[in-house]
Amino acid sequence: MRKFKEFFIEKLIFICGLASIFFVVLIFLFLSKEGLTVFKYVSPANFILGKSWYPISEPAQLGILPLICGSLIVTLGAAIISIPIGIACAIYIAEIAPAKIKEVLKAGIELLAAIPSVVLGFIGMVTLVPWVKTIFHLPTGLTALSGSIILAFMAMPTIVSIAEDSLYSVPKSYKEGAFALGATHWQTIYRVLLPAASSGIVAAVMLGIGRVIGETMAVMMITGNAAVIPQSILVPVRTLTATIAAEMGEAVVGSEHYFALFAIGIVLFVISFIINVTADLFLHKRH
Amino acid sequence: MRNTQRSQKIAFFFLFLATLLIVVPVGLIVAIIIQKGIPAINWQFLSDIPRQGMRAGGIFPAIIGTFYLVFGAIFFALPIGLLAAIYLSEYAKDNLLNRIIKLAIVNLAGVPSVVYGLFGLALFVIFLKFGASILSGSLTLGIMILPIIITTSREALESVPQSFREVSLSLGASKWQTIRHIVLPNAIPGILTGTILGLGRAAGETAPILFTVAAFYLPRLPKSIFDQAMALPYHLYVISTQVPNVDEKVRYGTALVLLSLVLFMNLVAIIIRYNFRKKKKW
Repeated sequence: MRKFKEFFIEKLIFICGLASIFFVVLIFLFLSKEGLTVFKYVSPANFILGKSWYPISEPAQLGILPLICGSLIVTLGAAIISIPIGIACAIYIAEIAPAKIKEVLKAGIELLAAIPSVVLGFIGMVTLVPWVKTIFHLPTGLTALSGSIILAFMAMPTIVSIAEDSLYSVPKSYKEGAFALGATHWQTIYRVLLPAASSGIVAAVMLGIGRVIGETMAVMMITGNAAVIPQSILVPVRTLTATIAAEMGEAVVGSEHYFALFAIGIVLFVISFIINVTADLFLHKRH
Repeated sequence: MRNTQRSQKIAFFFLFLATLLIVVPVGLIVAIIIQKGIPAINWQFLSDIPRQGMRAGGIFPAIIGTFYLVFGAIFFALPIGLLAAIYLSEYAKDNLLNRIIKLAIVNLAGVPSVVYGLFGLALFVIFLKFGASILSGSLTLGIMILPIIITTSREALESVPQSFREVSLSLGASKWQTIRHIVLPNAIPGILTGTILGLGRAAGETAPILFTVAAFYLPRLPKSIFDQAMALPYHLYVISTQVPNVDEKVRYGTALVLLSLVLFMNLVAIIIRYNFRKKKKW
């Protein structure tokens, strides 16, 4: 009897072990099931490269290039802000900060990671957006730049914690060797530690950017949601994620619009899949 | 020599500056929300239904809705996540299958939250005909927090020393008995930490519940798991972007309640982890 029970439990454990594979496949299947139908109405090339997104006009125009450009410009801006600051902060925490301050800083970073995106979006709306409007003399502060700044804060916790981990896991002997040769602490950091931790830092940056591309609520609240190809960083844009979140509520189930939004979901899923697999390869390079 | 010293000083100054650039805004964000939100918080705000098109009254249905969703998500994700973690830490061999599982977890953690929303809509709301309901929303959030629970529980299980298992096995206990009576009890603080972090994440997410459960305005409490419900993060989104002329105080108050809820859970998780590390005998 006990043997039977254990056999049963171990099978259950095995099945649950496979659950994550099951769910990833399930997500992909259901996105495809709904999303691929859109290619009955529009060719894949016109979907990706089409310059106009008017999903409810007659006939519907389902080109997501403006949305891709919107996501790209916001992500690029966030990357430019968050990568240098994030890596610098990781170095400071891993190498320079005294033990007690280190704990406080790490808790602060965890705090930032925990703030819900809708709260960051709200704070961005009431503080950052008016500033951007007055500083650049714009008709509206709801711009790609505002989105980039808020998103940079969402990418930083990821970048800092993973980069700090990889700096910390560089063997102590590397550092001691550099010191023994008379290098200063800073020389050791940028000539020895940074190169040794480089693959982990690359992974940190990729995962941070992955978080930015997938972020939805904050972006929807502060980028202004104009589905046109942006000419500068100071105009309203609309991202892939915000389009799904803003329009799915009104899309009729089974309409072209509905299928197109799922197709955008496939695009996002594939992007995040590529980023995560590549980042994982970088993280496990050493082993 | 003096040159290298000086460049070190300059470099360290910039590193410090970068750290301030992250930490100071975080402090400011929290301080602003607390300072402007506190005046809105009173018993009526926490216990009343929204009134006058959500411009007055309270946020009680949204608080209750969020609690239902969060506990629904944990109810679903904790058993599966814990068993998956046991598999990975105790049973899995270092082979291709194990590698694929780990990759799947990483991917599940990286899927954008709005894509979870789409998936929940397609599978639970439409295909399984649960409709926009607490059930659909909880299941969607549950799958979303699964990777957090698996990863933290696995770390907790793996940090139990191998010798504990060996002693138990040498005394004649079976593998499952060893896991059940030796490994699991020693890993509970770590598992708890992961569970609470998962709760916090589920409480704060908006995109996955947009099309699976969230009601724009529902001035009564849900009666069953097939009802729609209001939820705090979605309510904050609605009153800050969809409803004109909402008093700023109400917005900040809602933001403060949501932020306190999420940060409180994270704080509890941090304290459990800290105490556990201090007490750890191995």
